[in-house]
Amino acid sequence: MSVVELENVSRWYGNVVAVNDISMTLQPGVTGLLGPNGAGKTTVLHMMAGFLAPSRGAVTIDNSPTWRNPGIYRSLGLVAEREAVHGFLTAYEFVLACAKMQKLPDPAAAAKRALDLVEMTSAQDRRIDTFSKGMRQRTRVAAALVHEPQVLLLDEPFNGMDPRQRMHMMELLHKLGDEGHTILFSSHILEEVEQLSGLVQVIVAGRLAASGDYRRIRRLMTNRPHVFAVQSSDDRRLAVALIGEKSVSGIEVEATGLTVRASDYGSFTRALPRIALGEGIRLRKLLPSDESLESVFSYLLEA
Amino acid sequence: MSTVAYITARGLFGRRRVLLLLPLPLLLVGLALICRAYDVSPDQWGQPVVVGLGLAVVLPVISLIVGTGVLGSEVDDGTIVHILTKPLPRRDIILAKLLVAAGVSAVTAAVPLFVVGVLADSVRFGLALVVGAVAGAIAYSALFLLLSLLTRRPVLLGLAYILVWEGLLGRFVSGTRVLSIEQYVISIADKIAPTGMLEGLVSVPVAIVMSVVFAVGGTIYAINRLGSFSVAGETS
Repeated sequence: MSVVELENVSRWYGNVVAVNDISMTLQPGVTGLLGPNGAGKTTVLHMMAGFLAPSRGAVTIDNSPTWRNPGIYRSLGLVAEREAVHGFLTAYEFVLACAKMQKLPDPAAAAKRALDLVEMTSAQDRRIDTFSKGMRQRTRVAAALVHEPQVLLLDEPFNGMDPRQRMHMMELLHKLGDEGHTILFSSHILEEVEQLSGLVQVIVAGRLAASGDYRRIRRLMTNRPHVFAVQSSDDRRLAVALIGEKSVSGIEVEATGLTVRASDYGSFTRALPRIALGEGIRLRKLLPSDESLESVFSYLLEA
Repeated sequence: MSTVAYITARGLFGRRRVLLLLPLPLLLVGLALICRAYDVSPDQWGQPVVVGLGLAVVLPVISLIVGTGVLGSEVDDGTIVHILTKPLPRRDIILAKLLVAAGVSAVTAAVPLFVVGVLADSVRFGLALVVGAVAGAIAYSALFLLLSLLTRRPVLLGLAYILVWEGLLGRFVSGTRVLSIEQYVISIADKIAPTGMLEGLVSVPVAIVMSVVFAVGGTIYAINRLGSFSVAGETS
């Protein structure tokens, strides 16, 4: 059982603050590191993996610092976002080399087991540069798992995987988490975390915006007001009709159309066509205007 | 052989870049053969071919291609991460890379130099060039390995060192010769087999001490730099 700890960690590049005073503790089990692109997830992962010195604060695994301490790699596996692999090696050669560099007592058996775990045994003798993105990803996971590390860090592990591979990877992470490994994976796609449904740490603009059970955070997000841009044949009359609808919490009438704020996404989108039909108004445009993940995350930051 | 050295060698010979190593030695030997075939006196072609091409171009450029290839290309494409996420002392990684780089450079440069040395003068001269080339390959490799950790453009910087520092400044500004590996190679080879072709501009003790300084200093610094190797995120 290993614990990864960040204590008041900040990291800046020149004038740019990438990570701002983050403290978190990762316990055994699966944790998702969520945030929009550029939020600092990779920076956090790199600091945990010993590839970046924190500008301030301390990053430790079981109380030993990760920076300038190659010894931690005995209990740490990393699947970096960049999918660079030694493409001139076959999958087996690559994983075997990793096992040897880990100085495992039986590298060949460890390599076979790791490849088996990610279902790459049938392709293990092909050169890695002939692989698809998903196969490469699985090979890299095998390489990171070959020494059965207590801590496994994965940066955007589901990128480029098809749904089946994705599900398999999630099952694998779950299994490892249940066995007592400490697993952290990053993602900018909230739905990916849904199935893993463990704990999440949400990072927005370099800060820890939310931390805890995924379902609680998910609820927070469904309660936030949704903003829609609406255009119709008669905006003002539509506004009058809409304000009587319970799920609408505010309307602005502008020259270009209406801006409607709804407290409940589902009931508003169901009510709108009904109301418009009843009033004989033709809808020309309906656009959810803040559905980008950035706005979801920034809502969390404000909450 | 360590796994790091194995992967490094596979990577080096697996890339098309390795073909770059062929033309220079062939050119060197080819020129010497042509001169011999036309019975040109070695007094006339010896110095330009051995020093002008062999020691000033072939040895450093081959060391540059290999020295920046063993680590620089892995840094470039990010595969270095797979080697760094292992509980290996950084010293072992650098030493394995240096061993491959120096070994490949030494063989690639020393063999044609030996042939040219024999054609120009004698077996003894050929062997002297081999010793010089090996010493030079080690010093150059340590330097270029270090450069690939210090800058994102190690090849450019290495070329500047070879062309500007050794080639240009070394000719006109005597002080720069103390930091010119080419000059060490010339002094060492000339000491072993004195001929009229090589003209050592630095003394032999200086050449030996400075070669060691380059090799050991560069290696230690490179080990230290690799220890704090950073991978910047997208935010940088």
